[in-house]
Amino acid sequence: MVLRPPRVIVTKIGFDGHDRGSRVISATLRDAGMEVIYTPPWQEIATVVKLATEEDADVIGISSLATDHLIIPQLMAALKEADLSDVQVIVGGIVPARDESILLEAGVARVFHPGAALDDIVTDVITLTAKRRQLQGESV
Amino acid sequence: MSADILNMKQETAPAGLRKWEQEFGQTAKGAAITYNRSGIAIKPLYTPQDWSGRYDDALAYPGQYPYTRGVYASMYRGRNWSQRQLIGLGVPEDYNARVKEILGLGASALSLIPCNSVFRGYDADEVPHELLGTCGTVVNHVRDMEVALDGVPIGEISTAMNDPSPFTLLAFELAVAKRRGIPWTSITGTSNQSDCISHFVANHMFFRLALQGARRVVVDHIKFCNSHVPNWNPLSIVGQHMQQAGATPAEAMALTLASGIQYAEDCIAAGMEPDQFLPRFTFFFDISISLFEEIAKFRAGRRVWARLCRERFGAKDPRSWRFKFHGQTSGVDLTRQQPLNNIARVTTQAMAGIFGGLQSLHTDSYDEVFSTPTAEAARIAVATQNILREEAQLTDVIDPLGGSYYVEALTDEMEHKINEIIAMIDEAGGMYSAVESGIVQRMIGDSALAFQKKVDTGEQVVVGVNAYQIPEDSESYPALEYPDPEKIQVYLKQLAEFKRSRSATEVTNALDDLARSVESRESNVFEHVVKAADAGATHGEICGRLRKELGFGHPLTLV
Repeated sequence: MVLRPPRVIVTKIGFDGHDRGSRVISATLRDAGMEVIYTPPWQEIATVVKLATEEDADVIGISSLATDHLIIPQLMAALKEADLSDVQVIVGGIVPARDESILLEAGVARVFHPGAALDDIVTDVITLTAKRRQLQGESV
Repeated sequence: MSADILNMKQETAPAGLRKWEQEFGQTAKGAAITYNRSGIAIKPLYTPQDWSGRYDDALAYPGQYPYTRGVYASMYRGRNWSQRQLIGLGVPEDYNARVKEILGLGASALSLIPCNSVFRGYDADEVPHELLGTCGTVVNHVRDMEVALDGVPIGEISTAMNDPSPFTLLAFELAVAKRRGIPWTSITGTSNQSDCISHFVANHMFFRLALQGARRVVVDHIKFCNSHVPNWNPLSIVGQHMQQAGATPAEAMALTLASGIQYAEDCIAAGMEPDQFLPRFTFFFDISISLFEEIAKFRAGRRVWARLCRERFGAKDPRSWRFKFHGQTSGVDLTRQQPLNNIARVTTQAMAGIFGGLQSLHTDSYDEVFSTPTAEAARIAVATQNILREEAQLTDVIDPLGGSYYVEALTDEMEHKINEIIAMIDEAGGMYSAVESGIVQRMIGDSALAFQKKVDTGEQVVVGVNAYQIPEDSESYPALEYPDPEKIQVYLKQLAEFKRSRSATEVTNALDDLARSVESRESNVFEHVVKAADAGATHGEICGRLRKELGFGHPLTLV
């Protein structure tokens, strides 16, 4: 049983432009054989939702360094609104512990903090892709 | 093995050295040659055989060309480095309270970090309220700046602002000075984040206007400040972004100096004299924990820049040759695991900067991996500088590592590597061409990935992350509280009131003049930013108008 390569959007919403994290993650996931849709920083929430629809994304990775994670609950609501609740959202970057629980409650699958190993991120994206495809009723 | 280490013919090596090599080979473990972050081979021992430079040409005395040993004769014996901590949170009132506190603790210079919405060129009423004031102060107009700087003697204390093109924060400060009757000639400080190339390449956070538009405005800004605010540093060329984004120390230094060359050439093309603008160019660098490499990076950078200014640009005034820089300890080296360890990291990084001869220093707070620094962590960061200066006596001797066989050899090797990269950028047609083609971004991205892979494989040990781990305890560390939403609502009301209280005609006219100034190469765009700010135009209005004329900043998409 071979998994069709995960399709992953790697992006940043809000105002910050520190993109070392999103670039390293994009390159890593691509090296791991995934199909990565990378965007520059400052995407509008509506743009990310549109992209997720058009690209049939399994996973959306949001990189946040400077508090932009505070609008991720809005992204989660917008995905739900667009009937994309099955798309798995992961967040990486500087996220204080008290905010992590808010993100998880809003439906974020996993928050990666500084020091996370690239291998763990790859493994998680594969697992989450399988979960998303199961939710879609697709045989993995 | 011996010849490999010493890289010299056995027969010419002194007997003692040959004996050492033999004994070293018998007892040493691991590879004899290691590599620093810049990829330079490091030997286990340096001796007089490793440095053959001429003292007067390569080093000279502090304050003398080529300034390898420091840009001033007396260095820290004459003047302490500026202890310039980044400050920015909440609304202008919050900033003002924090500034007064930190000045009382011994900080000798100010910085102002505005809210990210400000960095993107928007007013508070144009953006999601959740993000306002969460990692910088909301400053939208001249009245905000009056509040932020209330009770701060701006004619006496240097202010550095994170203020990318079109430099609205300086415009607001100049308007405040005018209202207080303080002459612009007494205003000192630096336009941090004026280096649009570094934003395009490595830290898009500050990238507001399209690259060529930003290029025009920065040259106008330099010209205006040189004439009207002569003690202000209008340009701070930033290697910090590149190194934080992944460039090695040698790459970061080289790319920064290549940017300096580009700005100097643009100023010359705009009719300015090198001896007019070069004395006001300053630099801003990251200081990683790779201690000796950083020290060598700064010593080599001083020498390369001095030679470029004198030989390439023909500058004659020694003030034009001096490479003055602010250093910030590297956040990338800090870890979320066992966060108090970060205090040791910051201390080591700060030492590298001090031994490297910096003019101004920001030490990171240990909790920056969790949030914007809390007050206690910020106090420890300032105390770290005081301890290094007052207790460890690091400042008694100028360039104390000068003459170390290792440091001098490494300084030469870094210089060589820096010059190679500068030559490559020259070949590509200068920094603007190089970044537009993407080669610089690729170099930095490749280095970032290579470093991360070394951490992941354990080749680069990071204590608490891939070695010496203990069970996670980070949950117990407090994160900075975000501003009270109530305060933000009050701010938004005040912003609306400010907009109602202005003369609409004056603002409209000033913004129209600003737009027209873009069309004429004879006009100075920044002069019109200053006029618009004084007339009551807001930050968002000024940036919005210039975005229309010059284009919005979008980075190249490269992965």
